[in-house]
Amino acid sequence: MHKKMLVLHFPPQITDKPLVCKLSRDFDLCFNILKARILPGREGLMVLELSGLKKNVRLGLRFLKEQGVKIRSVDQEIHRNDDLCMQCGACTGICPTHALHIDRDTMEVLFDPHRCSGCELCVPVCPVRAMEIQFGRDRVLA
Amino acid sequence: MPHYQVNKTFNEINEKIRSGKAVVVTAEEMIDIVRENGEVKAAQKVDVVTTGTFSPMCSSGAFINFGHSVPGIKAAKVWVNGVPVHAGLAAVDIYVGAAEPHKDDPLNKIYPGEFLYGGGHVIQDLVAGKSLSLKAEAYGTHCYPRQQFEKRITLSEVPFAQLCNPRNAYQNYNCAVNATDKTIYTYMGILRPRFGNANYCTSGQLSPLFNDPFYQTIGTGTRIFLGGGVGYVVCAGTQHNPDVPRTRKGIPRKPAGTLMITGNLKQMSPRWLVGVSLLGYGCSIAVGMGVPIPILNEEMAMRTAISDDDIVTQVMDYGKDYPEGTGESLLEVTYAQLKKGYIKLGDKTVPAAPLSSYPRAREIAGILKKSISEDRFLLGEPQELLPTAAASE
Repeated sequence: MHKKMLVLHFPPQITDKPLVCKLSRDFDLCFNILKARILPGREGLMVLELSGLKKNVRLGLRFLKEQGVKIRSVDQEIHRNDDLCMQCGACTGICPTHALHIDRDTMEVLFDPHRCSGCELCVPVCPVRAMEIQFGRDRVLA
Repeated sequence: MPHYQVNKTFNEINEKIRSGKAVVVTAEEMIDIVRENGEVKAAQKVDVVTTGTFSPMCSSGAFINFGHSVPGIKAAKVWVNGVPVHAGLAAVDIYVGAAEPHKDDPLNKIYPGEFLYGGGHVIQDLVAGKSLSLKAEAYGTHCYPRQQFEKRITLSEVPFAQLCNPRNAYQNYNCAVNATDKTIYTYMGILRPRFGNANYCTSGQLSPLFNDPFYQTIGTGTRIFLGGGVGYVVCAGTQHNPDVPRTRKGIPRKPAGTLMITGNLKQMSPRWLVGVSLLGYGCSIAVGMGVPIPILNEEMAMRTAISDDDIVTQVMDYGKDYPEGTGESLLEVTYAQLKKGYIKLGDKTVPAAPLSSYPRAREIAGILKKSISEDRFLLGEPQELLPTAAASE
């Protein structure tokens, strides 16, 4: 079983097409939508976990690309700004996947983007806003 | 007066520091030294133990004199980068309070508020060398006729800038949980419903006042690491309360002592004074500070050897008991347990997270150790000790 955590960007022209369901019907893939913001006439965004046979995942993603969907992995879109991070650990009690965790020997706060599900809970929890998510919402005061 | 086998004075230790012969260790290192050598040998060997803490600390701020203009102004209302600052001091003296939000901040009207820029961020921007806008309004007097004034200020150009934090370095703090059915937003961070998480906020065995729990060496004039530079203890901080229940080793079981501290802002660094935004609560500043503790006798060796296994705090419900002031504790836990990353509340395992940076606290203790051993950072002998409580032993 092959698993991928992905961020899909749908151009405005195709947000009215049923595309994701085809991953299941035509490519025998299982998907779990963690976040979706699809509005008519605007660029849509979806965070989903895709799983299935490696070959099918590859074919399914190729299909999406052919339809114009831009595909990125979650870890490409989430970044910790280490210049800002003050190593407090406030994020670690709230991160559901333990992507943000503490090395118990050194008490250092570590970030493993591969375990991140893109839930964005860490963004407002961080007192210095060190977690930067490209598909995140805009700030109130910049 | 207890009779000690080891007796050292501040002067003797400072003499050793001057000649580069002082033995300085961090509060973490001291634990094993005392365990292996005993208190008396440890006190003979070690002269100074360094501590550190880096954490959001409300009740912090800076006095700034922004310089007289021509014609002059007796500033009545002042904003720095849009953040209101206290102007009711004199003509051009202001106090920037760390917890003050930007004048246009929507606060919690857009719930939960983000509080992205406030007094703490102003202080951080100043020490980062940035140019900030200052606006002042006044009613005008014969001697100070001007009614409006605007200028750009930088830390290097203002005539005077002094960090002065009325309450820092809290000796112990609650571990916060939420027993209600809704997420709450507090100064202890976001607390998820039904004991979803637990937040705590001291550096435990590295924390300054845990290493001198009866304030036997700390008081007015103690020289400290503050904000990346040198600072001093002014006196007891606001809410200083030594009279709380303590463990057999003298560790307060709940919030107790505090320090008012000060230092010249011009020698500080944005790495150790960091503006913070606490969702739904407000803005503040994370302050890096550390206190060197002289090992005057074997009792101080014993005190500074305290470890996370010996330090306890109370788990409080910030959904109900804390806001209603019932003082009820759900559980007493050790810092050793909190640092494992979870606590047990009944049959529930609750993830525990720090708001205080342990790696940065360790870094401060290390910097202070190096300053004393290599750069002749001398100890300041307190002219007056903090109000204390009697040891129960």
